[in-house]
Amino acid sequence: MATTTTPNVGTAMTGRRRMNRQTSDLLWALLFVGPQLLGLIVFSLIPLISAFYLSLTNWDGFGSRTFIGMQNFIEQFQSPDLRIALWNTLLYTLIAVPGGLMLSLLVAMGLNNIAGKTFYRLLYFLPVVTGSVAVSVVWLYLLNDDFGIINTYVQSWFGIDLPSWLTDSRFVVPAIAVMGIWWGLGYNMVIFLAGLQNVPTSLLEAAQIDGANKWHIFKSVTLPLLSPTIFFLTVTSFIGSFQVFDQSNVMTGGGPGKASYTMVFHIYTLAFKDFTFGKSSAAAVILFLVIMLVTIFQLYAQRRWVHYED
Amino acid sequence: MASTTVPTRTRVRRGTGEKPGASRVQTIILHIILSIGAFMMVFPFVWMILTSLKDLSQAFIIPPKWIPDPVVWSNYPASLQALPFGRAYFNSFYISFIVVGMTLLTASMAAYAFAKIRFPGHEIVFLLFLATMMVPGQVTIIPLYLIMQQLGWVNTHLSIIVPGALFNAFAVFLLRQFIRGIPKELEEAAIVDGANRWRIYWSIILPLLVPAMSALGIFLFLGSWNQYFIPLIFLSDPNLFTVPLMLDQFKGQYTVDWTLLMAGSAIAVLPVLVVYLIGQRKIIEGITLTGLTGR
Repeated sequence: MATTTTPNVGTAMTGRRRMNRQTSDLLWALLFVGPQLLGLIVFSLIPLISAFYLSLTNWDGFGSRTFIGMQNFIEQFQSPDLRIALWNTLLYTLIAVPGGLMLSLLVAMGLNNIAGKTFYRLLYFLPVVTGSVAVSVVWLYLLNDDFGIINTYVQSWFGIDLPSWLTDSRFVVPAIAVMGIWWGLGYNMVIFLAGLQNVPTSLLEAAQIDGANKWHIFKSVTLPLLSPTIFFLTVTSFIGSFQVFDQSNVMTGGGPGKASYTMVFHIYTLAFKDFTFGKSSAAAVILFLVIMLVTIFQLYAQRRWVHYED
Repeated sequence: MASTTVPTRTRVRRGTGEKPGASRVQTIILHIILSIGAFMMVFPFVWMILTSLKDLSQAFIIPPKWIPDPVVWSNYPASLQALPFGRAYFNSFYISFIVVGMTLLTASMAAYAFAKIRFPGHEIVFLLFLATMMVPGQVTIIPLYLIMQQLGWVNTHLSIIVPGALFNAFAVFLLRQFIRGIPKELEEAAIVDGANRWRIYWSIILPLLVPAMSALGIFLFLGSWNQYFIPLIFLSDPNLFTVPLMLDQFKGQYTVDWTLLMAGSAIAVLPVLVVYLIGQRKIIEGITLTGLTGR
C-alpha cells in the first residue's frame, strides 16, 4: 500500500495530490481501524440488532423461527419471574448504589489529607481486582450460618443471633448487596480521591476563615465541586448493579427459592436452561430499556444538581 | 462521619494532614477508623489463607481458631489434585496473554487512526464505539452465542479470545485520549522524511504509548483473568475451563471441605494479587484517568 505522495511532483499536481492524500488517508484509516471495527460489527452491532429481532420471534434455538410480534414482551410483563427478577435487581441496586457511594465518599474524605494514604489505598482497593467467583466463594464461607465468622462473633460478643444471610429469603439480597459494596468500595474511593484533588485548598481555607463549620464547607464547597464525580459514579454504578449475576449464581444459585433471582439470571435461565431464546431476548431488551431509561433520566436530572466549573 | 464539634479554625497545613493542637486527637481517631476499615477490606483474604492452612476439624471450631495448628500445607497440593486446576491455570494464562497482546495492538491501531487521521466518518464511527460501551453484555449474549455457533466456536477458546482481542471500545477510547496528547510536530518531521502511516504508528506513536499500554495491559489482564459470565456461557468441557469456572465447579463439589475450597480460592486469587501488588500504582492511575473521562 505504498501509494504515498511523492514529494517532487510539480505544483500543478496539488489538487490531485490532495485527492491522493485523502484516499490514502482513508485506506490507512481502514487498515488501522479495521480489526476493531470488524470486532465491533460482528461481536456487538450485529448481536445488538439481532437481539431486538429475536425478541420478536418464537425460537427454541433448533426449530424454525416464527415472527410473533410483541407477544414475548406481553408474556414477559405477565410473568411472575420477571417481576421477581426486576424487584430483586432493584432491591440490590437500592442498597448497593447509595450505600456504596456514601461509604466510599466518607473513606475518600478521610483519606484525602492523611499520612499513609497510599498504604490505605492499597488495602482498600484489594477486593476490586479480585474476581467475582473468588470473592463469592470466600464470602460464602464468611456468611455461613453455622460456622461463618461474622455470625459467630456477633453471637459470642453481643449475644445477638444474626439471620442466616444466604438461606433466608428476606436477607439474601441485602447480604449480596453488602458484599457488593465491600467489593466496589475501593474503586469508588479512588475516583472520589481524584475528584477531591480538584477541590482547591484555597477555597476551603477561605471558607474556614469566613467561619464556616465543617458541615457547611462540605455542603457548599466540596459537594458541588465533587458533583460531576458523584454523577459519573452514580450512572456507572447503576448500570453495573443492574447487571448483577455472578455473586448470586456462585453463592446462592438464585435461591433460596427465587429470592436472589436477578434480571441477568432471568435472561440466562430463559436462554441457556429453558432454551427459549425469543423470550430471553425480550427480557434482555427489557433490561436494556430499563438501564437506558434510568441513564437518560440521570442525564436529564443532572442539570439540577451537577455543577461544572466553567 | 460524626464531625460535629470542630474546636478551632486551625489552618490545615498543606500536604500532610498534620494539624496542630487538639485536632491531633482527631487525626488519631481518623487513623483508627480507617485502619478498622482497611482490616475489614483485607480480612476475607486473610481468613481465606488462614483457613486454607487448617485441618478440617479446626475450620469449624467456635469460637473460631485463628492460627492454624498444625499448619496443613498439604491442602494446596490436595486441591490442585482434586480438580484439574493446573489445566485451568494454563488456559487462563494463555487466553489472557493473547487477549491482552492482541487488544493492545488492535486498540492502539484504531486509537491512532481516531486521534490522528482525519478520515471521512471518523466521528460517527468513534461515536459508535462509545455507544457500545453502554450496552450491557448480557443483552447481546444470545445473538453472540448464535454467531459463535455459526462459526463453530462454541466450546472452544476462540469464543473467548477473538471477541476479546478484536473488540474493546474502552481500550480504544483510553488510548485515543493518550495519542491526542502527542504533539503533531513529532509526526510532521517523519512525514517530511517520507515515512508512511504505519511507520509513524510503529516507530513514533507506539513507543510513546508504552506507559499507557502497560497500565491498560494490567487492567486487561485482570479483566480477562477474572472473567466469568462469557466463559460460563461458551465453555462446557471442563478441560477448557478457566480458573474462575474451575473454582465455581470446585465450590460445587467441596462445599463440605472448606479448607480445600479456601486453598483452591487462594490459588485462584494468587496471580491477581501478584499483578496487583506489582502494578498497583499504574492500576490506580489508569482507573483515575478513565474515571475522570466521565466528566
